[in-house]
Amino acid sequence: MGTIVDFFRNFPIDLLLIQTVNGIVTGMILALIASGLTLIFGIMDVVNFAHGELFMLGAYLGVIVMATTGNFWLALVVASLVIALLGAALQIVTLRPLLGRDPLMTILVTFGISLVLQNYALWQFGPVARKIPEPFTGHFTLFYLEYPWYRLVIAGLSAAIIGALWLFLKFGTFGIWIRATTQDRTMAQAMGIPVPWVHTAVFALGSGMAAASGVLFGPLVGVDHAMGLDWVLKAFIVVVVGGMGNLGGSIAAAIFVSLLESYAAIWVSPSQAVIVSFVVLILTLLFRPTGLFVPTPK
Amino acid sequence: MTKIRDHHTIVFWTGFVVIVALLGLAPLGLPEFWRRFLTEILIWGLLAMSSDVLIGYTGMISFGHSAFFGLGMYGAAAALILFSPPNLWLAIAFGLVAAAAVALFVAYFSIRLRDIYFAITTLIFSQIFYVIIFTWTDVTGGENGLTFTRPRLSLFGLFPVRFTTYTMHWFVLAVVALSYLLLRRVMHSPFGMVLQSIRENEARTRAIGYAVQRYKMVSVMLSGLFAGLAGVLYAVQKEFAAPDFVYFLVSGETVIYNVMGGIGTLVGPIVGAAFFLMLRETFSRFFTEHYLIPVGIIFIAMVIFTPQGLLGFARRWLNK
Repeated sequence: MGTIVDFFRNFPIDLLLIQTVNGIVTGMILALIASGLTLIFGIMDVVNFAHGELFMLGAYLGVIVMATTGNFWLALVVASLVIALLGAALQIVTLRPLLGRDPLMTILVTFGISLVLQNYALWQFGPVARKIPEPFTGHFTLFYLEYPWYRLVIAGLSAAIIGALWLFLKFGTFGIWIRATTQDRTMAQAMGIPVPWVHTAVFALGSGMAAASGVLFGPLVGVDHAMGLDWVLKAFIVVVVGGMGNLGGSIAAAIFVSLLESYAAIWVSPSQAVIVSFVVLILTLLFRPTGLFVPTPK
Repeated sequence: MTKIRDHHTIVFWTGFVVIVALLGLAPLGLPEFWRRFLTEILIWGLLAMSSDVLIGYTGMISFGHSAFFGLGMYGAAAALILFSPPNLWLAIAFGLVAAAAVALFVAYFSIRLRDIYFAITTLIFSQIFYVIIFTWTDVTGGENGLTFTRPRLSLFGLFPVRFTTYTMHWFVLAVVALSYLLLRRVMHSPFGMVLQSIRENEARTRAIGYAVQRYKMVSVMLSGLFAGLAGVLYAVQKEFAAPDFVYFLVSGETVIYNVMGGIGTLVGPIVGAAFFLMLRETFSRFFTEHYLIPVGIIFIAMVIFTPQGLLGFARRWLNK
C-alpha cells in the first residue's frame, strides 16, 4: 500500500507532460511516414519495405542541399521532389510488372529495393552519421527544459502536409481518381481512369512524403544509412494498428503509439520502450485485426 | 504406372546419393576457406529449407525465422556455457527446446492472420526477441553476444573426437541430409498434403473438415524447430552467438534464399543459399561490403522474371 501511495506522490507530472509533447512530435513525423505507406497499401496492395530507405535517402538529400545552398526549405522541397521522382521510377521498373500477381511478391521486391538503397547510401555517404542543422534555434521554457521551437514546427508542418494530402484526396481531380481506384480498380479502369498512372503517382506521392519527413526529422537525430529500418518497422506497426489502407486510422495510431512509447520511456530505456508498440500491435491483431481506429466491420 | 514410379524412385535416390557423396568428398579437395564456406552454405540451406515448409508448402511467408534461428543459437550457447565439459547433444537439445518454445509462442498468435499480416506479425515477433536479447545484457551478453568453446563430436558419449573443419562439415552434412529426408517424408505424408491444400485453398480445406488452425500451428512449429537446429549448427561452427542473427535482416535473407532457389522444393532453398552466398563472395571482391547492391538487383530481377526460382522447373518432379 505504501509503495502505491509513494508512486503517486512521486509521480513525475512534469516528466509526463514533457513526454506528451515529445510523443506528439514524433507521432506527427510517424504519421507523415505512415500515411504514405498506408496510401500505397490501400491503393495497390503493396507493402512497401523500401519506405524507410526513401525516408533515409530524403534525409541525405536534405543534408546535401543544405550543405550547398544553406536553405532548409529549399532542401525540403528538393528532397521531396527528387525522391518522388525516384519512387515513380522504382514503381514503373519493379512494381508495374507485378501488377495482378500475388501481393506477397511485392514484399519481396520492395525488400530487395530496400537492401539495394541502404547499401547504396552506405557506399555513397559512409558509415558516419551526418547532421542537418536546425533551421531556427529558438527555445521556450517547458518546466526545467529549454524546449526547442523547431520540434513544435515539425509537428505543425507534418500536420499541414497531411492536411494538404487530405484536401487533395477529397477535392483534387487526381485525388478523386486515387480514391476511386482504391475502392474498385476494375471499375475505375472502366470509367477511363488511367489506373497504372494512378499507381505510379501514389507511389511517388508516398515516397515524397517519406522524404519530407526524413528532412524534417534529420535535425533531431543523425542521418545515417540504417535510420530507415527503425522507422519502417514503426510505420508498419502504425499502419496495421490503424487499419491497413486507412489514412485517418494511421494518423491516430501514429500519435497513440508514439505517446505510449514516450510514456514507457520514463521508466525503461528507449530501446526497450519499443516493445510497448509491439505489444499494442499484437493486441490489436488479436482483438481487432481490422484496426483500432476504424468502425467495427459488419 | 508402377514402372514410371519405379523409374522416378531410382533416379531420385541415385541423384540424392551422388549429391550427398559429392558434398561429402568435396572438403577433401578444397582449401580451408572454401571448406568452411561449404559448411556454411549447408547451414543456411537448412534454415532456408525449414522456412520452405511455411512458404512453399503451407503458403505463409514468414519474415521471422531469425527468431527461431537465433534462439537455437542462444539455446546451444546456454548449454555449452552452463555444462562442462560442453556436450554437443545437450547443446542440440537446449537449442531445439528454445526454438520450439519461441515457435509455439509465435505460432499461437500469428496463425490467426493471413498473407501480408502473417508476414508482418512474424517480423514484429522476431524484433521483440531481438530487442529482448539486445537489451538483456546480463544474460545474453547484449550487443557483444556470447562466446563459448566448441564441444567434442561424440555418438552417445562414445568415441569423442575434436571438431575439425572436416568432421564439422560431415556432421553438418549428415544433419542436413537427414533433415531433408525427414521433411520430405513429412511433406509427402497425409499431414503434408493437408498443408499443401491449405496453400491451394484454405477455405475449401476448412470446409472439408480439417482443423486448419491446428495444422498451421504444427507447420510453424515444425519449421521453427528445423530453423533452431540450423541455429545450433551455426553456433557450434562459429563458437559464438550474437544478436545480429536475431535481427530481421536474417529472416529477409532466408526468404531471398527460398525465392532464388525455388519454393516448394525443399532442396531449392539450399541451392538458393548456395547461389546467394556465391554471389556474395564474387561481388564482395569488387564491391567490398556493398555486395548487396548487385545481389539485391539480381534478386529483384529474379522475383520479376523467374518467380519459380532456379529449381522451379523441377518442382513437380521433386514432389512426386
